[in-house]
Amino acid sequence: MYLLSGVAVFAVCAYALVVHAHLIRKVIAINMMGSGVFVLLTAIARRGDETDPVPHAMVLTGIVVAVSATAFALAVVRKLHEATGHAYLPEEGEDAPPDGGGG
Amino acid sequence: MASVFENTNWMLAPILVPLAAATVAFLLMGIRGEARRNAQNAVGLAAALGVALSALALWAMVSGGGPVRYELGGWEAPLGINLYADGLSVFMLITTAIVGGAGSVYALGYFSGREGEDARRREDLQDETGSFWPLWMFLWASMNGMFLAADAFNLYITLEILGLSAAALITLGGTRMAFSAGMRYLMVSLLGSLAYLLGVALLYGSFGALDLATLGEAASPIPPVWAALALISLGMALKTGLFPLHFWMPAAYTSAPSAASAILAGLVGKASFYLLLRVWFDVFGGSAPPEYAGQIPGVLGAVAIVWGAVMAMRQTRIKTLLAYSSVSQMGYLFLLFALVSGAAPERSFEAWGGGVYLVLAHACAKAAMFMAAGVVIYSVGHDEIPRLRGIFQKLPISVATFAVGGITMMGLPTSGGFTAKYLLFTASVGTGQWWYGLVVLAGSILAALYLLRFLNPALIQVPTAKVYRDAPQIMSGTAFVLAIFSVFLGLMSAPLFELLSVGAPFPSGTMGGS
Repeated sequence: MYLLSGVAVFAVCAYALVVHAHLIRKVIAINMMGSGVFVLLTAIARRGDETDPVPHAMVLTGIVVAVSATAFALAVVRKLHEATGHAYLPEEGEDAPPDGGGG
Repeated sequence: MASVFENTNWMLAPILVPLAAATVAFLLMGIRGEARRNAQNAVGLAAALGVALSALALWAMVSGGGPVRYELGGWEAPLGINLYADGLSVFMLITTAIVGGAGSVYALGYFSGREGEDARRREDLQDETGSFWPLWMFLWASMNGMFLAADAFNLYITLEILGLSAAALITLGGTRMAFSAGMRYLMVSLLGSLAYLLGVALLYGSFGALDLATLGEAASPIPPVWAALALISLGMALKTGLFPLHFWMPAAYTSAPSAASAILAGLVGKASFYLLLRVWFDVFGGSAPPEYAGQIPGVLGAVAIVWGAVMAMRQTRIKTLLAYSSVSQMGYLFLLFALVSGAAPERSFEAWGGGVYLVLAHACAKAAMFMAAGVVIYSVGHDEIPRLRGIFQKLPISVATFAVGGITMMGLPTSGGFTAKYLLFTASVGTGQWWYGLVVLAGSILAALYLLRFLNPALIQVPTAKVYRDAPQIMSGTAFVLAIFSVFLGLMSAPLFELLSVGAPFPSGTMGGS
């Protein structure tokens, strides 16, 4: 059950990551994709007779990574918002500003 | 001295040295002005030297005594963290030592601008807080950690640190474009890492192991394994920028400061490729992926070679031209998956070695060319090809760097690119897949064409754009030396292939250094 829901969460959020243009939504989608993997790992840990500690260690480490990645992503979104006034990625082709960009 | 090299504690040095340097450089950010810059430069150079020395020590150790395994703190797998070095690991460490060392030296000049100078001189005013060194050192530590990691989960950790620090380096420019390129890279990178982690979770669920060697023994062709292989390959192809997943690459490489572009294009894409090599051949090699599995990356690689080159020809800025050229050159790397799974196993080492050798050759040449582009931008203020006619008269060394680096891109003899592409070509003919050989040749011709798009206007004798200041000699000099080095790589291949054959997934057979 947990196994399936983990994979389902991962897949749904991967879809959300692609379809939503707003960056905060994208960040949340990525975050929840990570949670999907963590659910899967905890499910794997429970499968035997006794609980396997290794996946738990992986999940804990993964949470630390996810927190820092999210923090950094949000910081970049804020900077982008400050610079452009909105929180969307420019479409292909709009990337090059007339002044030649950052070089 | 021999006894010193026996000590396996050396294996920690390539990771710990940049990690310590990153921490020190980070703390130094508290100091203001000139003192901080000097102190950070010193720390960075010391770390570059330390990585180079430890890579050499590991080279001596691995080629003398075969693959080495090191248990961190004496804890055995599966609970402890193990490090493992074979020929491929050390080869990659040497690549980072060379290209990263050159990148560090280049950065000395690159970030030497004084605050408050002419506002047009955008290129060197991008690191007012001194963030480059800590980020670059974290990046370096994560790459070296990846090359030495022995288990799948530590590969994930290093992959994430790599992605985060690389994304931060891209945004260093501080422009609108840099932030959007960095954000896009961050998304791609996190998506790739999570796909990898899901693959690892499936592997652990199937075999209860994370250690690469244990997994390699246990792996058997069952459905979860194919899902894991597909997820890991997809994630890594995304991060390496394999066609059609390269969409983030041009913007990222273009908007990063040139010192960072050189490192990103030269090394970061290669790190995820290394991971793919490890997983395909060390983990799934024993359970033999079906012949056609390798054709998927192979065909995509072939398309990437042609498409990247055609796109490169259409660019009007040097850095986007180079970025699309990277798309094309990355395609070559993925050819090896098709060639290795071919009908002639005795050719496998040729294909594998050729691909891996191209990693080094391309890293040197492309990094050198991005550095040269940085010099042009530093001196002229832009990198738009139509406005750079006749620039050779003003910046001869940088244009020469382009030409020399181009020798490797085109795969002309004596260059590292020649050795690598020759091996890929013979392997494709030897395995009866001659169409890949044709793509290899076509890619070289197309490379010549897109490089001439810049070199031709640059070399003509016309009144040229005004150079409003000279770039530090150390920038153009480093780029030129690195480009020259890439040309002579073809002559130095014998010892490097000997190194690669240590612990290689394929018997090296009768192949000499060519």
